[in-house]
Amino acid sequence: MNLWSDPRWGDALGHLPDYLGNHVRVSLAALALGLLISLPLALLARHRPGLRSALLGFASIVQTVPGLALLALFYPLLLALAALTAQWLGFGFSAFGFLPAMLALALYSMLPVLRNTITGLQGIDPAILEAAQAVGMTPRQSLRMVELPLALPVIMAGIRTAAVWVIGTATLSTPIGQTSLGNYIFAGLQTQNWVFVLFGCAASAVLALIVDQILALIETGAQHRSRLRIMMGVIGVVALIAAALIPSLSRTRQGYVVGAKTFTEQYILAALMTQRLQAAGLPATTREGLGSSVIFNALESGDIDAYVDYSGTLWANQMHRTDIKARDELLADLKAALGRQHITLLGKLGFENAYALVMPRARAEALGIHSIADLTAHAGEMSVAGDYEIFSRPEWASLRKAYSLTFRQQRQMQPDFMYAAIAAGEVDVIAGYTSDGLIAKYNLVVLGDPKHAIPPYDAMVLLAPKRENDSALRDALIPLLGKIDIATMREANLRASGNQSVADVAKWLWEKIRAKETAH
Amino acid sequence: MLGATLPLCYCKPSMSVTSPLISFEHVRKHFDGGRGAAPVLAVNDVSLAIAPGEFLAIVGASGSGKTTLLRLANRLIAPDSGRIAIDGADIANVDLIALRRSIGTVFQSGGLFPHMSVADNIGITPKLLGWPAAQIAARVDELMTLMLLDPAPHRDRLPGQLSGGQRQRVSVARALAARPHIVLMDEPFGALDPLTRDALGDDYRRLHRELGLTTLMITHDMAEAVLLADRIVVMREGRIVAQGTATELASVDDPDVDALLQTPRRQAERLRDLLPRNAAS
Repeated sequence: MNLWSDPRWGDALGHLPDYLGNHVRVSLAALALGLLISLPLALLARHRPGLRSALLGFASIVQTVPGLALLALFYPLLLALAALTAQWLGFGFSAFGFLPAMLALALYSMLPVLRNTITGLQGIDPAILEAAQAVGMTPRQSLRMVELPLALPVIMAGIRTAAVWVIGTATLSTPIGQTSLGNYIFAGLQTQNWVFVLFGCAASAVLALIVDQILALIETGAQHRSRLRIMMGVIGVVALIAAALIPSLSRTRQGYVVGAKTFTEQYILAALMTQRLQAAGLPATTREGLGSSVIFNALESGDIDAYVDYSGTLWANQMHRTDIKARDELLADLKAALGRQHITLLGKLGFENAYALVMPRARAEALGIHSIADLTAHAGEMSVAGDYEIFSRPEWASLRKAYSLTFRQQRQMQPDFMYAAIAAGEVDVIAGYTSDGLIAKYNLVVLGDPKHAIPPYDAMVLLAPKRENDSALRDALIPLLGKIDIATMREANLRASGNQSVADVAKWLWEKIRAKETAH
Repeated sequence: MLGATLPLCYCKPSMSVTSPLISFEHVRKHFDGGRGAAPVLAVNDVSLAIAPGEFLAIVGASGSGKTTLLRLANRLIAPDSGRIAIDGADIANVDLIALRRSIGTVFQSGGLFPHMSVADNIGITPKLLGWPAAQIAARVDELMTLMLLDPAPHRDRLPGQLSGGQRQRVSVARALAARPHIVLMDEPFGALDPLTRDALGDDYRRLHRELGLTTLMITHDMAEAVLLADRIVVMREGRIVAQGTATELASVDDPDVDALLQTPRRQAERLRDLLPRNAAS
């Protein structure tokens, strides 16, 4: 198929005003805040060697923290801070999305600005500084009239570097709830929509280049004392800010926000719920690509109104339980625990998306492996692949203990690549998901768990505390409960991994549910 | 001019009639020698008086402390001990910024601000003093004309676009802009070619006389000192070893002073031999 006639380009373009606007907003705010902090600090530190090395050391350490981790760390930090202010000052704030993203990115922008400002000021010929003193300048006048203008090219180079870094790193703010061009990349990676990934990368690169050129215009304008260039640069910045603000001004009513984690099934279910809310006349949007621990906190604090989670995940991650209980007991305990936090467990969707050990069918039959119990004897010669969290989750420990499994090698990878890896024979066993459509596609078999070492992972709809008594919301979502069986979900997931858009798959899923309704 | 406002002193016949405009009294200044090195005594117990209207040259090898002495005069650095007075007032007790604005300074390599135009460089001290813009512009043109620089084509250039001689002319113009009585010069003509150097030296000497300036000039070139200055001070290792007019120095019995004077003397003799004024006769 011709790459350019792919309908997904149009789909991608449709999201651009929203994603780009949010991306520009958070990047520029972070850059402005970063400059506001870094420039005075650099001025303060230029004659204080102790402070200077402390600052540069701190900024360098921040730089070594991977961008995604830095963003992720700000979320719990702000959450704790919001809880404190709510307790002591009587008001909280949203620790979700914009604020943590802006703060982390501002911190990220500090190193180049600090280093270049300090280096630029230190690099000035001492004879010039002495001349400034000798003609009768005060230290402040010397700074303003001589030192800053002379250091300007170096300082601007630092600001430009910071701008490019911030715009690039801002794509990683999607998992903590800040919509950005990263939404394309995260969604594209999950649904194997390479058009989205390409589009997201290209858009953020173009944005970085444009901002860099605007700043270059201001820089050369200041150097050549050209009012025209400075004005053009300033107009560019203002236009960028205006373009970023207009979409948010025109879209005043926020309505309901449905959250989605970072995998295909979640994108489909969030789209399905959003479509249902809209069909019921309720304004609704989705917030996609949220981290697994971020999404629950976001629901708890009301930043999102609803999302789908899995009983086993909540049990281990939110309730911090390591024991494994039977399905009904676990569900009752969860409901009670969530109720104490005023979170509504609306009900189960009908399918389970549990972790499961999966093997190629032919290989399992050849070795006579039917369940995990049969795997014990072969595990020593086998390698296993899983997603980023499985090997540190309690059920992995419980699984290994129950069946005394010791694999030759453990590998972590992006879930979508796991299936391709096992199909290619790169690994022998994968810790896959029961609802994954790729199991059928690659002719894999799910190994049974006779000892019930893996807890149940029933998909269920959760509602935020502030929607506890919202009957309109409940009524719109209740028709989905118990209506999605594992086969249907697998097919939906498979369709979304092909080149169908998530919205289309969600519509298909609804048609399927309705057909079942009428058949009864 | 300054002497006129001071009462004549009848009390002690030994005291000079005019009080000095600039005086150094037992001034000492050392610098840390850097990591592990011994401290360097750059100026060691120097006493010196400069009369109003005098053109004084300080001559010495590099490291003799002559530049340190100059920097002490407008308090770019503070002495360890001793007293430096201008117009009778200890400069440790005056407003530093006002003091520097009232003294013109010419640096070795010009010390011009590379990002400012010629006009902005020359007008900087008047600007700092809050002169009206029109008055500054007029003063800049006046000084450029005085320094034989055509204002129209040069006013808006950056220092980097000028020749070395032109830069030094701008530097002198900048020093004179706020009508100072005192001008400090640190090897002002050292980096110039001999022709330019000669012309600029003569031009400055003329201005010194016409404007009634008091000039303190640092140089390592005895010939320049002999040609321009009223009085010459010779420094070595932080101390003054001799002072006086060129004639007076010639009778000083010091090997260094002798060596310093030998150079211009030999040059003059060789030049006289090589360039006979009347070759035909």
